[in-house]
Amino acid sequence: MPDPWRFHGGVHPDDGKALSAQGAIRKAPLLEKYLVPLQQHIGAPPKLVVAKKATVRRGQVLAEPGGFVSAAIHSPTSGTVSDITECIGPGGSPIPAVEITSDGQDTADTCLEPIADWENAAPDVLKKRVGEAGIVGMGGAAFPTLVKLSPPLAKPIDTLILNGAECEPCLTADYRLMLEMPDRVVAGARIITRILGVKQTWIAIEANKPDAEACVRQKAEGTGIGVQSLRVRYPQGAEKQLIYALTGRKVPAGGLPMDVGCVVQNVGTAVAIAEAVLDGKPLYERVTTVTGTPVVNPGNWRFRVGTPFRAALTLAGGVKEDPAKMISGGPMMGLTVYSLDVSIVKSTSGILLLGPSEVSQFRSGACLHCGRCVDACPMLLTPATLSVQIENERFDLAEKWNAFDCIECGCCAYVCPAKRPLVQHLRRAKAEIMVRRRAAQAAAKR
Amino acid sequence: MTGAIFVLTVMGLLLGLVIGITVKFFGTEPDPKVEKIEALLPNANCGGCGFAGCSDFARALAGGKAEPNQCPSTNTETAAQIAALLGVALGVRQPKVAVVLCGGDNTKAAKAALYNGVNDCRAATLVAGGAKACLRGCLGLGACARACPFKAIEITGASLAVVHADVCTGCGKCVATCPRKLIRLVPTSATLHVLCSSPEKGAAKRKKCSAACIGCQKCVKAAAGAVSMEGALARVNYDHQPSPPGAIAEVCPTHCLQPALLDVTPVPTPAASASEVAHA
Repeated sequence: MPDPWRFHGGVHPDDGKALSAQGAIRKAPLLEKYLVPLQQHIGAPPKLVVAKKATVRRGQVLAEPGGFVSAAIHSPTSGTVSDITECIGPGGSPIPAVEITSDGQDTADTCLEPIADWENAAPDVLKKRVGEAGIVGMGGAAFPTLVKLSPPLAKPIDTLILNGAECEPCLTADYRLMLEMPDRVVAGARIITRILGVKQTWIAIEANKPDAEACVRQKAEGTGIGVQSLRVRYPQGAEKQLIYALTGRKVPAGGLPMDVGCVVQNVGTAVAIAEAVLDGKPLYERVTTVTGTPVVNPGNWRFRVGTPFRAALTLAGGVKEDPAKMISGGPMMGLTVYSLDVSIVKSTSGILLLGPSEVSQFRSGACLHCGRCVDACPMLLTPATLSVQIENERFDLAEKWNAFDCIECGCCAYVCPAKRPLVQHLRRAKAEIMVRRRAAQAAAKR
Repeated sequence: MTGAIFVLTVMGLLLGLVIGITVKFFGTEPDPKVEKIEALLPNANCGGCGFAGCSDFARALAGGKAEPNQCPSTNTETAAQIAALLGVALGVRQPKVAVVLCGGDNTKAAKAALYNGVNDCRAATLVAGGAKACLRGCLGLGACARACPFKAIEITGASLAVVHADVCTGCGKCVATCPRKLIRLVPTSATLHVLCSSPEKGAAKRKKCSAACIGCQKCVKAAAGAVSMEGALARVNYDHQPSPPGAIAEVCPTHCLQPALLDVTPVPTPAASASEVAHA
């Protein structure tokens, strides 16, 4: 077992997990209507394959992958396609969506057979299943898993890391998964190990979840999978920090984990893969934490994709006080949403409400040059300098100063005494740099 | 002290001599034609010609690599002067003007949230898509106004970007800055605009904004070809301009069909800088 290497920077926010940690995973009751967004992953938008008024079964394909970096989307229940419309996406922009009106039967589609003898199945068969089941990274980024499991030949992979750190405050979905279905976590780890053919597999869990760690360790015994406890510091669960903590390898600037022979998967993704292989179940539901001080009964539920936030909050008993802010995800990296009609998607790890006393309405000041953001940045960036460059629209400079390496963890904004919106600046810079790079590519083609 | 003065003086004289010799043997005469053209150009460096600023464009003109009417920001007389200077014929140019196709200011369009963050439209769209209920409405944080080299865009008191057609040169610099793609370059002869860009159904739009195009098609019937429907949204056919526009605009129940503003107004004060934080 390697001694965990300590990454630079990081912060210790109040973890707020006690609110929902005791809430065992419950199954959300069937709804009358689901609004399934047709873009639930990073990459090419999928192609719709059902028509209006078509009858669908639970798990039937609604949209097929629209490219290599894309993922299929499946129906959350049986019923009819009542409308093809649009909805507000998690980023706030309108995206196409399919409305499914449930017939109450919840009949399952049987096109995906369980692969009972998976231990002897060919890796390609298992990999194909991951694609068919529409599995994406469930830690929040929603990167299509099939792409991560298909590394180019030039990049040999020797290490698989299952991310159970869940360093994001307030979220407990992964914790409950590890506590309640450690066998599925380990099965998922073994399936991915078989697909990638790696030498070593680790399941990494932050030290503040000793009970979950014990459960997983017990199930992992004798499988050759290591379970590693990590020191508690945000963002310990960030991909590059996690790889460093376990292997001491540093992912180069602008690089990917596969550049250092690693693949990182969230434990939720591992469970989804285990379900896809062992039960033949596509990814149409996920465990989501509904929490926050204004919520009456915070807890963890298994929601179907396309469940509106409104229904999720109703299930959690509604609110005690008027919330001031609603976040899809956790408080550090989550995205602010303002509509209760936003749907739960494959990457919605949590729904967090903050009360008026927890949200500060501030005016940001000028940079004090105190350097705290530089000390806190786990990616060794200089957010203070970058933010000034971005304010002056010098995106060329920001690119040189490696703005693209920012993982948007929020440590800089968390420590900034001038309350500067550093993450928002950096997100804007990344968006602008992407636009510029695409324009440069298009110009080069011409 | 005196030593330092002596050293610096000698150094200055020696280096001056080196510069003098270099200029004598390697110097180039600046092209007087380029200088004359540059003096005629607006020198706003808007980039509307496709070159890196006015100097670059002037060099390209002198070198015969550009046309005088490629500059959207000069008027016809100046372009003719440049053409005469170069001894080339001046082609026909359709002058353009920018228009913001949204009429939903704070008094008409509903807000879905309070936005507390960077005072720039492109930054605001990254936070849940901005605070406006309509996802195709003007955010009014002034990215276009700050980008305009001619200060032709005003952010009204009710947070709506309005182009002053008399100041706008049609360089198109603002078009790329709008994250909602609401700004269009239209011929200066345009007399009518549909100030709405939302393709949503009429009833849904009406809930979010009282100035939305509800797709009633009254204008299509009244305008005889000057307005056509694009889904649930009326669109002005800018090649086919009706007159008088006022009469057609009057049929619009939500007043989103508006005659083009051509009145001369004072140049607005520039909008607040992006470094400030919006506190809406």
